Amino acid sequence: MSHATTAPHDSHDHAHHPSGILRWLTTTNHKDIGTMYLLFALLMFFVGGAMILAVRVELFQPGLQLMKPELFNQLIGVHALVMIFAALMPAATGFANWQIPLMIGAPDMALPRINNLGFWLLPPAALLLTLPFILALFGIGDGAVATGWTLYAPLSVQGGLGVDFAIFSIHILGISSILGSINVIVTIFNLRAPGMTMMKLPLFAWGWLITAFLLIATIPVLAGAVTMLLTDRHFGTHFFNAAGGGDPILFQHLFWFFGHPEVYILLLPLWGLMPHVLATFSRKPIYGYTAQVYSFIAIGLLSVVVWAHHFFTAGMPVPALLYFMYSTMSISLPLAVLFFCWIATMWKGSMSFETPMLFAQGFIVLFGIAGLTGLVLADVAADAQYHHSYFVVAHFHYALFAGGIMGVMTGVYYWLPKWTGYMIDEKLGKLHFWLTIISFNLTFMPQFFVGLAGMPRRIPDYALQFAEFNAISTVGALILGFSQLLFAYNIWKCMKGDAYGLPKAESRAWEGGESLEWELPSPPPHHSWETPPVIK
Amino acid sequence: MDLHTAAPAQAVSHRRLIGKLLIGVAAAFAFGFALVPLYDVLCAATGFNGKTEGSPKGVGGFSLGGFGTGTAEPPSRIDRSRTVTVEFTGTVMPGLPWDMRPLTFNLEIHPGEMQLVKYLVRNTSDRTITGQAIPSVSPGQAAQHFDKIECFCFSQQTLAPGESREMPLSFIVKPEIGKDIRHVTLSYSFFSAVSDKTALNTRE
Repeated sequence: MSHATTAPHDSHDHAHHPSGILRWLTTTNHKDIGTMYLLFALLMFFVGGAMILAVRVELFQPGLQLMKPELFNQLIGVHALVMIFAALMPAATGFANWQIPLMIGAPDMALPRINNLGFWLLPPAALLLTLPFILALFGIGDGAVATGWTLYAPLSVQGGLGVDFAIFSIHILGISSILGSINVIVTIFNLRAPGMTMMKLPLFAWGWLITAFLLIATIPVLAGAVTMLLTDRHFGTHFFNAAGGGDPILFQHLFWFFGHPEVYILLLPLWGLMPHVLATFSRKPIYGYTAQVYSFIAIGLLSVVVWAHHFFTAGMPVPALLYFMYSTMSISLPLAVLFFCWIATMWKGSMSFETPMLFAQGFIVLFGIAGLTGLVLADVAADAQYHHSYFVVAHFHYALFAGGIMGVMTGVYYWLPKWTGYMIDEKLGKLHFWLTIISFNLTFMPQFFVGLAGMPRRIPDYALQFAEFNAISTVGALILGFSQLLFAYNIWKCMKGDAYGLPKAESRAWEGGESLEWELPSPPPHHSWETPPVIK
Repeated sequence: MDLHTAAPAQAVSHRRLIGKLLIGVAAAFAFGFALVPLYDVLCAATGFNGKTEGSPKGVGGFSLGGFGTGTAEPPSRIDRSRTVTVEFTGTVMPGLPWDMRPLTFNLEIHPGEMQLVKYLVRNTSDRTITGQAIPSVSPGQAAQHFDKIECFCFSQQTLAPGESREMPLSFIVKPEIGKDIRHVTLSYSFFSAVSDKTALNTRE
């Protein structure tokens, strides 16, 4: 931050802090930690992406060309765990760190040291998850966890040492998430600027608040489930082992009690972000603030009572099937409220289409497809056909890539000028957007069709009639994967704005930006809002 | 801003909130474990997931793994107005060098009739091995109306090297079974009971 212009900024920056790697190891500054979270997420996004590109290349043709089925099984499961726990969740936490203090007028996160610990737990956890791949090259063990990310028993009870690595990795990732959640809640409850009531809280903070509560309610259940798995594997318990009177289906209940809210954990911060972006580039106030807050709360509450729709086909009494079907479908009501609020925010606005706005609108369309195909899967009668097919794969990638990753990209492009002090390269950003959205649909739209035709997921080979769609999907995936290098390059350019001659960002980098962070200079000083703003 | 540098009042309110949230975390962790017995109770009460209902007279509580062993009471009546097809199947789990197959693959019965079928089980190894069969009935709704009167799954079975044995099962499908259920499948999984003998008793 050598380009800093104000004297107090400089003295805070360097006077009392170690430099080099020690600065990053010991930092308790929310901006530093936010940056580390975001860069870590970006790195892991490429790691997880490389894994799945290998899988897609294998699926280019029927038959086995590139890898053995064992490696295929490992790659799909670790891809999911990396993308969810090491890319999407850290990205959201990075947003929270950077933005929540700026947006609520707090000087920093409430618990800065815990914040530092929360981040530095992530690299060892990611290492634990991926280390078995490398150990296997040296003949130790049989590779990473090969059960899929759901770790279903009894397969995970029987699996090799990769399962143990995954269990410990999940423990550490869980602790990191819980520390992050506690920090967010304490910050929002205790450090809001004077006059900022809960109903004046920015929607981004509201979305994160619900996410934090969901994490606290569900991550410990996952931790408990994998702990039971661990004791089943090594200490002779029989929670999930039918031989001792346990029940493998119980694992599915425990897992999805966490797993379904997890979807909303990933998405709520981004749903909170959307109205800010849409309002900024429509130059209108956010439409339906209160309705959106109550929708967040409703979705948070509903998300913990619908889990069994992930295994309708495991066998359930009809009343239970009906309950889970109707409760699942009812989530579409608050979600529809959000969609209509987003659209109404843009309605008759004076819209402009900078890169963040393009990503936000792409998000709305594609996430809409995710929601509608989710309604189809929630139907018990239809689910028997679609369960465990590529239809499900396509559905949740519309939710988690288009809804999750593209939501993160929206936020990155929206806030990069604030973080770096330079406007983004719009031309490059737009190229990235169009390549992403076209190749994304090229990748996943065909998967709906092969899924409907009966192609099962998680299998390295497939019947000949699926060959064309799979070839198209692989081509799409390769374009999608390599276009993301543009994203990394664009971020790099913005970070080194001077060298590339990018225009400096003003405080209000986007003219329609209304929330508090746009009152601060771009980039904000190392310590911001030391005197809290007063909200009228 | 840190707990140590924050104003004392703020540090106190931080600590209070952190305390509450940590209690929330602990409660959620405990809830995960509480689901284990809750799930067993729910399954036994509803026949959810193919677990059969009830417990043998005079024993009380749950038998092995929450599976009821049925009652020896004679059926009140036989419902001759309809038939139910019962299919039999069985699997030997990894780690147990046995073969098993039902000698009767399916039976068409009237609800309330007592029936006797046999499974042929053979030890293919050269050592004496003890195994335990675990039953499961599907659909789940049928499970609570499927009473096993006598079953080789009630106790552990020991087979000498190369020995084969016909193992009997007598059962009644109770007349209360839902009219829409025309097809019931009884499936056994045979597990090795030797290494897991102590563990078998842990969750009774």
